[in-house]
Amino acid sequence: MSTELPVLTKKDFQSDQEVRWCPGCGDYAILSCVQTVFPKLGIPKEKFVVVSGIGCSSRFPYYMETYGFHGIHGRAPAIATGLKASRPDLEVWIATGDGDAMSIGGNHLIHTLRRNMDVKILMFNNRIYGLTKGQYSPTSELGKVTKSTPVGSVDYPFNPLSLALGAGATFVARGVDIMQPHLRDILERAHAHTGSAFIEVYQNCNIFNDKAFEHMVAKQVRSEQTVEVLHGEPLVFGKEKDKGIRLNGTALEVIRFADGFGPDDCLVWDEADPNPALAFMMAQLGPPDFPTPIGVMRNVALPSYDHGLVHQIEEQIKEKGAGTLEELIYSGELWSVDQSGQVVRGRA
Amino acid sequence: MSTETKEEDQSAAPPKLEAVEEVVVRFAGDSGDGMQLTGTQFTSTSALVGNDLATLPEFPAEIRAPQGTLAGVSAFQVRIADYDIHTPGDAPDCLVAMNPAALKKSIGDLKQNGVLIVNTDEFHDRNLKKAGYEENPLEDGSLAAYRVTPAEITTMTHRALEELDLDSKAKNRSRNMFALGMVYYLFNRPLETTIGWLEQKFAKRPKIAEANVKVLKAGWNFCEITDQFQVRYEVEPASLEPGVYRNIMGNSALSIGLVAASRRSGLPLFLGSYPITPASDILHELAAYKTFGVSTFQAEDEIAAVAAAIGAAFGGALAVTSTSGPGLALKSEAINLAIMTELPLVICNVQRGGPSTGLPTMTEQSDLLQAMFGRNGESPLPVIAASSPADCFDTAIEASRVAVKYMVPVILLSDGYIANGSEPWRLPQVEDLPDLRTEFRTDPEGFEPYLRDEQTLARPWAIPGTPGLEHRIGGLEKENITGDVSYDPANHQLMTDLRAEKVARIADEIPPIQVDGPAEGRLLVLGWGSTKGAITGGSQQARREGLEVSFAHLRYLNPFPSDLGDLLDRFEHVLIPEMNMGQLATLLRARYLVDVISMTKVQGKPFFRSEILARIREILGAEDVH
Ligand code: SF4
Repeated sequence: MSTELPVLTKKDFQSDQEVRWCPGCGDYAILSCVQTVFPKLGIPKEKFVVVSGIGCSSRFPYYMETYGFHGIHGRAPAIATGLKASRPDLEVWIATGDGDAMSIGGNHLIHTLRRNMDVKILMFNNRIYGLTKGQYSPTSELGKVTKSTPVGSVDYPFNPLSLALGAGATFVARGVDIMQPHLRDILERAHAHTGSAFIEVYQNCNIFNDKAFEHMVAKQVRSEQTVEVLHGEPLVFGKEKDKGIRLNGTALEVIRFADGFGPDDCLVWDEADPNPALAFMMAQLGPPDFPTPIGVMRNVALPSYDHGLVHQIEEQIKEKGAGTLEELIYSGELWSVDQSGQVVRGRA
Repeated sequence: MSTETKEEDQSAAPPKLEAVEEVVVRFAGDSGDGMQLTGTQFTSTSALVGNDLATLPEFPAEIRAPQGTLAGVSAFQVRIADYDIHTPGDAPDCLVAMNPAALKKSIGDLKQNGVLIVNTDEFHDRNLKKAGYEENPLEDGSLAAYRVTPAEITTMTHRALEELDLDSKAKNRSRNMFALGMVYYLFNRPLETTIGWLEQKFAKRPKIAEANVKVLKAGWNFCEITDQFQVRYEVEPASLEPGVYRNIMGNSALSIGLVAASRRSGLPLFLGSYPITPASDILHELAAYKTFGVSTFQAEDEIAAVAAAIGAAFGGALAVTSTSGPGLALKSEAINLAIMTELPLVICNVQRGGPSTGLPTMTEQSDLLQAMFGRNGESPLPVIAASSPADCFDTAIEASRVAVKYMVPVILLSDGYIANGSEPWRLPQVEDLPDLRTEFRTDPEGFEPYLRDEQTLARPWAIPGTPGLEHRIGGLEKENITGDVSYDPANHQLMTDLRAEKVARIADEIPPIQVDGPAEGRLLVLGWGSTKGAITGGSQQARREGLEVSFAHLRYLNPFPSDLGDLLDRFEHVLIPEMNMGQLATLLRARYLVDVISMTKVQGKPFFRSEILARIREILGAEDVH
């Protein structure tokens, strides 16, 4: 194989299929972001596979000019697992939504993460069921009024980052559909990570749950209502960079530099901390008392499942030699019957 | 054992040695008594003597059932013969009962006048109570119909090991060898195979090996010195076809068959599986075959297991998932995804008693209709069934061949009976195995994801990593040829027809049905799956009685062989024995409008030959023929 790769562009990753999300849907921005990042990763186009489940977001593979698998509801991580486990040479991405990944497919999600399968999971969180026209989802807030909860939902939502961290995910990040450069950066870092990457993307469903994240990510409020988590940097936010988050005892709290604090008092983020406890605490933050953290919360190095699987096979072959079919069939306690009907032990 | 004995003139010393055609022995004891191992040893020894044989283990239903209870009984039945046999036998000629619970569970099966060996040491009040005996059956005359050989097996085991520096628990553990020694004496079997095996197995613990060998010999000597049996029996070697043999269980044969298919196709084997009785051994076995490049993935659930296999199939692997009935139910949506995406996949369903959790350790053939129809939409797929432990090997290869050639998921039906039962397997020459080589599409020129092979209608297998063939597949209806999502009504009709036609065309490759007996006449016994042994045995016996009966067996349940309709028409009666409530019968009636006679049994146990025979006699109005 030649070492020189053809130069790929965004256009190479746009399929001929008409994109059929609702006009104004946040999915468009995410698609564009992925199509911008993929050509920059230095991977031949034919090595990419995008796998999805069911939902608006899961139409994603059709719009990518790569290999793609539009699976069944919730099972994308399982399909991707089998693909990556048997073909570690491939770059496997998953496009899924909050209903697909956290409800019907919750089991596959957590197990894929705990195994550290080398697949990248893009979870579009719009806090609603879009494709089935507007029921509440496992990330909808308590009291959400929808078609299936006319007087408000009575169940508590999942916090996707907490769930991923709890499952032992080695790469956990949050991005926002309308924050393109930031999201691109996360995608590139997810690719560079060995093992599972879980990326929650706040995605606006302008039809059934419009402006769900507006109070956090709208341009006018973003700097006050979000805190960008950066490895090795103090957690500082605010339009004037005049606030921060510090660890006080066992709790995180907001500090104002006007009160005599400074960046040195803030918690310095360590995404590679083997202990996920702080990341878990960070994941809990959000309105009304805290800014919402965005960026890479956790990024720790751990061998992946697919690597382990291949490694075991290689080691066994090295140790015992490659098995032959002949050996396999003719193993165990054998006996032979000759032409005269005589029986002897073993293979005559 | 009582039939057609050839007595030898041995008037001098007792006991006399009597030659018999066949013998059925059942070892029964507590799950901690090592009965499976004891039975396996008797089997190995008999194989090396040259007998034909078949075995059937019976596991306790619960893992840690209390000691001495009925629920904790573990048994192993083996039938050895000097001729070609097909089942592990209906009723034992000889029963070894290591405790009262084992006796209670098996005594009803023992033949009249059969030999009963009991470990009397275990027949104390506590154990009798646990087994539900009010009176000691050894004393109340209830066993008068049998030839009872009481033996203080525990006591004598300890006595034999007096000199050995081992704790009492370790000594106790070799009790089963005493019983085996007794049975070896009774059937005049050599001890060498078992001694060799013990020495090898306990090579690192020579004292344990020594203890077991001592006790084995003590069992033999006890019988010889104290003249325990009036008659001893001998089964001559069977005239097996020349060749190399090994004894094989169905799940092992199936696993090896899958590896063989992988090798013969050049495709790496990927198994996605979730542990479930009685299919787990397929996962265990394939997990050990790493040097054959086999990847096994123990998934988080049944759905993930099949979905992962589908992912692997997309990537170009020979993809397999293994399960049992409840697991197949969970997999059905994903199986339809494989039907829609037209990817090759082998689904091994080792059936067990249902519905729901049902009878996990007991056998049944009640998933046939689930395999055929247990999915949403019009979703035909090939269904093939293995008919014996060794046949699981060939069936696994055939399932893989069809899956890859037609780009279709295939359901392979086995069941608990053949999965755990064993028989001698005449080993094939590797070069005689079918060539399953297949080619991935690599040429971008004119490529479309749903182009069709003219003969098989299969679409091209274009795997990720191939430049220029980037394409998307999925569960939404596809436009023929292009593979684009399509809601077009006419296209959906066309694709539904194509998916059905693809499966139907497999029939062109199915060899003509082999009928044993006249090709037309009064009665055809037609079976599928694991009933083959009982049907063969029962029908052959009927023929020896002068009854005109033919029998045949189906490997393909979907599609049916193209000559099946004609075959059914050529007989006055068609009898369909199956371990369900008439599922094949239903299919045949629907398809061929033939009023077949359905014979059903759902007792968690295989058919007896005698049951088939009785039904044949009844149908042919020959109850009194002998
Ligand atoms: S329903 Fe919502 S999520 Fe779905 S495409 Fe429309 S805007 Fe996007």
